[in-house]
Order: sequence, then C-alpha cells, then structure tokens
Amino acid sequence: VTTRTNSGVAAPPAGPVAGGGHGGRGSARITLPVALLLIAAGLIAISFVRVVSGAGDLTSSGQIGGAIAAGVPIALAGLGGLWSERSGVTNIGLEGMMIVGTFFGGWAGWQWGPWAGVVAGVAGGALFGLIHAVATVTFGVDQIISGVAVNILAAGATAYLAKRWFTSGEAAAKGGNPKQSPPIDDIQSWTVPGLSGWLQGIERHHWFLVSDAAGILGGIVTDLSVLTVLSVIFFVATFLVLWKTAFGLRLRSCGENPVAAESLGVNVYRYKYLAVVVSGALAGFGGAFMAVGVHIYSQGQTGGRGFIGLAAMIFGNWRPGGLAFGAGLFGYCDSLQLRGGGPTVHALLLLAALLIAALAAWRAYRKSYLAAGVGGVFAVLLALWYVTTDTMPPEVVQATPYIITLVVLAVSAQRLRMPKAGGIPYRKGQGT
Amino acid sequence: MKKTRIDRERLVLALAAPVLAIVAAFVVTSLVLLATGKEPFEAFTVMAQYGFQPSQQVAIINKATPYYLAAIAVALGFRMRLFNIGVDGQYRLGAFFGATVGGAFSLPGIIQIPVIVLTAMLVGAVWAAIAGVLKVTRGVSEVITTIMLNSIAGSVIGYFLQPGRLGVLHKEANQVTTRDLPASAHFFAVSDGANGDIGGFVFVAALVGVAYWFVLNRTRFGFDLRAVGRCEPAAQASGVSVRRMVVTSMLLSGALAGLIGMPTLLQESYQYSTDFPTGIGFTGIAIALLGRNNPVGIAVGALLWGFLDISGQQLEFENYDQEIVGVIQGVIVLCVVLAYEVVRRYGLRRQRQQVGEELARSAAPSSDKQEVAS
Repeated sequence: VTTRTNSGVAAPPAGPVAGGGHGGRGSARITLPVALLLIAAGLIAISFVRVVSGAGDLTSSGQIGGAIAAGVPIALAGLGGLWSERSGVTNIGLEGMMIVGTFFGGWAGWQWGPWAGVVAGVAGGALFGLIHAVATVTFGVDQIISGVAVNILAAGATAYLAKRWFTSGEAAAKGGNPKQSPPIDDIQSWTVPGLSGWLQGIERHHWFLVSDAAGILGGIVTDLSVLTVLSVIFFVATFLVLWKTAFGLRLRSCGENPVAAESLGVNVYRYKYLAVVVSGALAGFGGAFMAVGVHIYSQGQTGGRGFIGLAAMIFGNWRPGGLAFGAGLFGYCDSLQLRGGGPTVHALLLLAALLIAALAAWRAYRKSYLAAGVGGVFAVLLALWYVTTDTMPPEVVQATPYIITLVVLAVSAQRLRMPKAGGIPYRKGQGT
Repeated sequence: MKKTRIDRERLVLALAAPVLAIVAAFVVTSLVLLATGKEPFEAFTVMAQYGFQPSQQVAIINKATPYYLAAIAVALGFRMRLFNIGVDGQYRLGAFFGATVGGAFSLPGIIQIPVIVLTAMLVGAVWAAIAGVLKVTRGVSEVITTIMLNSIAGSVIGYFLQPGRLGVLHKEANQVTTRDLPASAHFFAVSDGANGDIGGFVFVAALVGVAYWFVLNRTRFGFDLRAVGRCEPAAQASGVSVRRMVVTSMLLSGALAGLIGMPTLLQESYQYSTDFPTGIGFTGIAIALLGRNNPVGIAVGALLWGFLDISGQQLEFENYDQEIVGVIQGVIVLCVVLAYEVVRRYGLRRQRQQVGEELARSAAPSSDKQEVAS
C-alpha cells in the first residue's frame, strides 16, 4: 500500500536494537553474517569480562539454563503481543491472560498431568483473549482500557476459583490451599546424552572463550524442556506465518491500514479476532509453562511478566527476532537475581563500560565528538563504579532488567516503528 | 421545551451505562456463584446487611478515601489520553519518602503535616515526570515506562527500607519500618461515637475533587488538556504545546498520586513498612473508568469499591469466599467499559436520527411545493 508497509514486509525479523547497541546506523538491516559476527563479538567481550572479573557465573550452564526457564514465558507473552499488535490491537491484557494460563495450568495439571495443564492454560488464555477481542473489535472500546479490565478480571476470577477448587477434598489433601495448587507431575525434558557431560567437562576448565561457548551450549542441551522446544517452534512458525504467507500479509495489513485492507476484501474483524485469540493462547501457554515448570500454580506467580513480554516486544521493534533477544535479556537478568548474582551483575558493569566505550570510540571515529564525549564519561564512571565496589545489592540486581529496558527504549525508541494503525479502534466500513 | 427533553435523554443515557454494568455484574456473579455451588442471593443479602451498618459505613468512607485520590490521579491523565499506569509506584515511593522525612524531625503539626504531604507529592511528581520526559523527548510510550517505573520503585524502597539505611527495626512487630512519625503529624479525625472515627483526609479528598473539576472545566489549562485528549493535531494546530501539556499533566498526576498514601500514613500506620498497602494505583484505574473521569462519578465508584471490599469480609463468616468480590469488581469494570461504548453508540445513532427527522420535516414542505410547481 505504502512504502512503509513494504519495508515492513521485506525486512528480516531482527530488531535494529541489537545493531544499535553496537553502533549501527539508523537503517540497521542485519543480515545473517553480520548477526553472527555480532554474536561472536559479544561472546568475546563476555568471556573477556569473565576472565578479568572472575565472575564465572556469567556464562555457566546453570545460569544459561535459568535464563531459558525465565526468558521463555516472557518471550511467549511477547509473541502473543506480537500477534495482537500486528493486527492493530494493543494488548495490555497479556498479564491477565498469563495469570489465567498459570491458574488453569495448575488446575488441570495436578489432576490430569502436565500436558492437560498446558492445554487448559492455552484454552484459558484464549478465552480471555476472546473477551479482549469482543471488547476491542466488536465494541470498539479503547484497547488499553479493555486490557486493564481484562487484567483485573483475571486476577479476581483466578483468586476466587483457586479458593473454591484448591481448598477441599483431594486437592486440599495433596497440598492445595487458597493461593496454591497441589503439585503437578514432571513434564518430559531431555538432556542430550554424551554432549551435555562433555560440554560440562570443557566448562570446568575455564578456558577463555571455549569454556564460555561450552557453558552456553551446555545450558541449552541440559534438561531441555519439551515446552521450550515447542516455544521455539512457535517462534519460527510465527515468523513464517506472519511474514511469508498471504494470510500473514493480510493480518499485518489490518494493523497497518485496515481501510485499505478492507477495500481489498480482507475481513478485518475476523483477522483481528483471530490474532487476539492466538495472542491470548500464547500468553496462556507462557503461563502454563511457568506453572508446569515449577510444578505448582501459586498466586502472583506471573509477577508482571506479561507486561515485561510487551516491553520485550517493543524493544524488539515488533519483530520475532528482536523480541527473542529482548526476552533473553530479561530472562538472563531474572536468572542472575534468582542465583544471587551480586558479583555477576557487578561484572556486568565492566561489560557495560566496555560496550559504551566502544560505542564512544565509534562515535569519535564518525566525528560526532559530543556523543563520544558523553559516552566516554559514562564509560569511565561505570568503570570507576566497578573498581571501587565488590558486589551489587540484591535490589539493584532486581531492578536491572527494568532499568535496561528503560535505557534501551530511551535510546532507540525513535528507530522503532509500531504498526501504523496500532491502538486505533476500527469500525467496519469506516473508510467508505 | 425541545432542549429540556434532549437534556433529560442525555442524563438517562449517562446513567444507563453504570446501571447496566452493575446489573450485568450481578447476573454474571450470580452465575459464577451458582456454577461453583453457592446460593447467590443470600451472599448479596449478607453483603448489603453488613455494609449498611453505620459502623461499617465509617469504615467504607475511610477505605474509599485513598481510592478516590488514586482515581483522580489516574483520571487527570486519562482526560488527555495519557495512561499513567504508574500511579502505583508513584504513591508508594511518595509515601515512603514522606514517612522518612516526617520521621526525621518534630515540629508543630501545622508545619510537620504539610512538609510530609508536599514531600510525598514532590516525589510522586518527579517519578511520574520521568515517564513524561521520556515520552516527549524520546517518544517512548508512557504505558511501558510507567510499568517499568513501578517495578523500579519497589526496588528503590526495598533498598532504602533496611536497618542502617533509612529503616529501623521495630522490636515488638519484628519488622523494618521507617522512623515513627511524631504525634504532631497525626491528622485530625471526626469522631462518630461508637461507630469509630472518620479520617479527616476525606475532606482533603473532597477538596481535591473540587479542584480537579475547577481546573479541568474552568481554566485555560484544563481546556487545553481536554483539547489534547479529544484531538491532538487540532490542539497542536490551535497553538497548544502538546509536549508541555504531557509533562505538566504527568507532573500533576504524579503529585496527586503522592497524596494516595497520606490517609494511611497520617491516620493509621504513622510509618512506612512492608505492610503498607500496595496496588491502590491499579484500583484507581478501575475506579476512574467506572466514574468516567468525572469527580462525582469517581466518588460513587470509590464508595462502591469500599463497600464491596468491606462487606466482602463478612462473607467469610457466612461460609462464602471473600474472593468473589474480586470477580464482582472485575466484571463491573469490564461491563462498564462495554456499556459506555454501547450507550455512546446508541446516543450517536439517536442524535443522527433526530437530526435526520428534523431535516426531513423542514425539507418536506418545500419538496411538496416543488412537486406542485412541476
């Protein structure tokens, strides 16, 4: 329809954020070789920091495994947000849909096994997605308001049902209470035989770069949950469906220019409904992932991860690749916090100082001396902070992902491009 | 005569939405209760009987005061389509630093109390302004930044609320709190005999409501604010600086948010601890939606919420679950937003019909004449 839409269609699914952090220019189009180079450069920087600071947990397999467990629910919520927002419906209700996912995951999970929990979580999330769709698409209610209402309803309904269903009879006998479900059985997880042990052996040597790569790979192949594999499949499928099929093009056209889409015969309402229900189902899957992962539903388990997923999606410029990167960052920080990562976050100060120094040098090379100066000062301050302290208070660790998100959004928001008609209610036939 | 008829119609339409929503909430809640094997009407009777006792009405007013302030803080942003989801973090941070400053010295109440209140408002305003400044300078959506700032506020409080920093260990409660406020900082209360005390902050809340109405409806600033909310490009074209309006209203909204914790701090707890109520900011969003950003509507909404919270407690003693209140509240919010939209569309359609009829009526004689002429 317009050149803007076309650029949205042709670009690969990598956010410009990753490039921005490494000094890329405005039109960051990351091709595969560039992405690989960046990953390699990042790995070298991280292992350098690990060796200098001695914070071995930066790339340990335990840390990476924890990051995956923490990051996947965020990524799934973000993927839900991606579906919804690409069709032009802002979805603040992801948090509520995720809460419903954890609840039904626990409710069906303890009675009929983890797979039933996953199915119930997905169904519950989809149901709340449907509520959001009815309110926003059919009734044209403001999308943020409807999302807030969905969140309130989800929290209230699950608290009530948990008290009704987990405090009597068999459920109570097995350890259920008003804020918790009885335990859920294990879901299958794989440890790649041979490879995992071999990688852990290498990791223990603490060689520069090699052990870091082994730690990261080891974290991926040890105790890999089936649900994580499913999530990866969902990511790939989302990319293929939304960017490589006519269906996806139509769905995204509803988010860019619904009037034009309708004039070409697209049933805008139907696409929006479908996208928002899929969105709820994915958020519900993320919730069920959390409940099944820790073998229990507990009240407040999501802890705002639906919102964080939304932030990760914006961070990733409404693309699956960027979203995965953002969710990984959050998951990594979450995992640090769980593992008492004071020294590790402290080491990250050095990494941040190095990155900012590199950025400043790049700016100086491009003769933008003011930006280079500001960057240089920040880098020196961070380095000073690193040298003069030994560890980080747990509260700083806790706040790290939020602060990073704020900084990244502040730095790169102007390069982000949301779907053009996102957040605007659409009435059938309004263009005629 | 025609005008009064239309006005009455508008009034009916305005009331139709909340009434519709509350009826729908009753129906849905009854269905939920029935589906989970409970008798619904008895539950409502229990709640009504308990909630209308005079002593409970005092409790409801006290409960509703912070809700009202929260909803006003949210509504101010809503009026210019600015979604300050961060009221929650702003009031907690404001109350924490207000309590810290208030516990540090002791002066007569006429100085002590304003210092505490102004500190809280200032902190809330600064915290909200971060989101406003990021929005106008960097184009970041305030929805996301305020959500992030909520979490960061929790960490900031967690960091400072520790013995040796700004907290002290209370021996008897075995809890870390800020220093106790001196007696001079205790806010006045109106005694209602055996029914308990009505906190004096309810008058402050009422004043805030009046000020909110006055500023929005009777000042240039309020007009600009509503203009930006209605149609940003038009406001911009008529010379309103949208950027300045965003930052100013974020500051104001945050300052109002700073007030939310004050009734609790100055009338009940006299210190900030981990027990300090959280989540009132989100309740405020619900009530602002319910009251349609109107100061009177918000008062009704806040009292309704207080009523549901207080009377729900009695359900536990009658073999019901108090948590059903959460379901009622959630359904009310959802139904209210739907009902307002339905009523708005109905109103628009009716208006169009009326205009159409009038036009047809005035056009009819002339077309008759034309027919005769031809």
